[in-house]
Amino acid sequence: MAGSNKTKITPPRWLLAELTYACPLQCPYCSNPIDYAKYQSELDTEDWKRVLTQARKMGAVQLGFSGGEPLTRKDLPELVKHARDLGYYSNLITSGYGLTEEKIVQLKEAGLDHIQVSIQASSQELNDHIAGTASFQHKKEVAHLVKKHGYPMVLCVVIHRENIHQMPEILAMAEELGADYLELANTQYYGWAHANRDLLLPTKEQFEQAEQIAQAFKEKVAGKMKIYYVVPDFYEDRPKACMNGWGTTFLTIAPDGVALPCHSARELPGLDCPNVKDYSIEQIWNESKAFNFFRGFEWMKEPCSSCDEKEKDFGGCRCQAYLLSGDMYAADPVCSKSPNHPVIQEAIDSAKASALADNEKPLIFRNSKNSQLLS
Amino acid sequence: MSINPDQTIKFSPMHRLQWEEVQQKDVILYPEGMVELNQSSAEILKMCDGTRNLAQIVSDLEQKFATTGLVNDITAFLEVALKNGWIQQN
Repeated sequence: MAGSNKTKITPPRWLLAELTYACPLQCPYCSNPIDYAKYQSELDTEDWKRVLTQARKMGAVQLGFSGGEPLTRKDLPELVKHARDLGYYSNLITSGYGLTEEKIVQLKEAGLDHIQVSIQASSQELNDHIAGTASFQHKKEVAHLVKKHGYPMVLCVVIHRENIHQMPEILAMAEELGADYLELANTQYYGWAHANRDLLLPTKEQFEQAEQIAQAFKEKVAGKMKIYYVVPDFYEDRPKACMNGWGTTFLTIAPDGVALPCHSARELPGLDCPNVKDYSIEQIWNESKAFNFFRGFEWMKEPCSSCDEKEKDFGGCRCQAYLLSGDMYAADPVCSKSPNHPVIQEAIDSAKASALADNEKPLIFRNSKNSQLLS
Repeated sequence: MSINPDQTIKFSPMHRLQWEEVQQKDVILYPEGMVELNQSSAEILKMCDGTRNLAQIVSDLEQKFATTGLVNDITAFLEVALKNGWIQQN
């Protein structure tokens, strides 16, 4: 393995439970793997309960129920209750699709702490186009119900070229809906977003303008609404400190039980990610090849290994290094010190050319048919 | 925004204050975040149960730890807590 056994292992703090890959929406920037359709099996209720118990015992406390659309799992209230009994702070990460008032109350009684509702745009037409499903009015209704029943309401909007011009309207919508937290997530180019990058990546001018508007809004609503702004790393010259360092904080469990150091790690070759059906969380976290692979600094190549910023950003994202350079040990190409850095400008230029083309190719929507075609 | 000395102070219902056995620390949990508390910050927040105002919190803590002169530290911390939305008044 590439990781060093001298690296001190810290316990997991955040657990992302991807309950299912099933989803009624078809967002073209979905972070699920392109080939998700081939992973049909899902952990059963007892498997999930065991995973939650084991991870909590190790120190995990923040829990996200995600997917796909986690509401498609009939045992969600039972899992929420189990999580609450264990002392997790739990979050339902949902499209809102299929969420009724009755279910919102039921989940509250089961001990759910907060609900994060995604909205794709500030207008019905664009929301429904991006989601691939008529869902805008229902999502707004759900946001109101989440507030009504006393949950902190977290609104999440993924930002890309199709909706970035709506920034002022998106912010006004968040205010109107009474969001306590607004996550403005500039698209990260993995999975489906990577496949659709030419159509989703905004220009630098668009980014800068949108960021300025969001920044001014942040000051205006300080004390009332908290803004989480996920930076667009293609326009940075240093990479993000991905996952706060590999195997230090975050644990993702995929629907079929595969444990991942980040939700994209399935795309990396040769990690042999372990399954919770075969190993305990403690074994997986402490002993598995996958979780030790990029722990610490010994796996690094130049320019990372001698870089004085390596303890700040850990060389950036391993999945991004692999997707953009073909080498998962390389520096994240976002870094201006990376010899592969020119691929970032090429991606930006390619997206711009696509935006200016007369016949822009259509978005590839995330659905089982496209998943099978592409994998 | 600053602490009103006449009003009682309560911990925010939008956050959770909880002891974490593995970390041997109290923490504040909220959407997408967690704050680890030192012992004195945790003791102050546990007094914010909606029955005490600032002066009562100070006097109860001074009594509990058999000390005096905590008013400045407690006030400064509660100002930070209020600004972060961890506590509420009225």
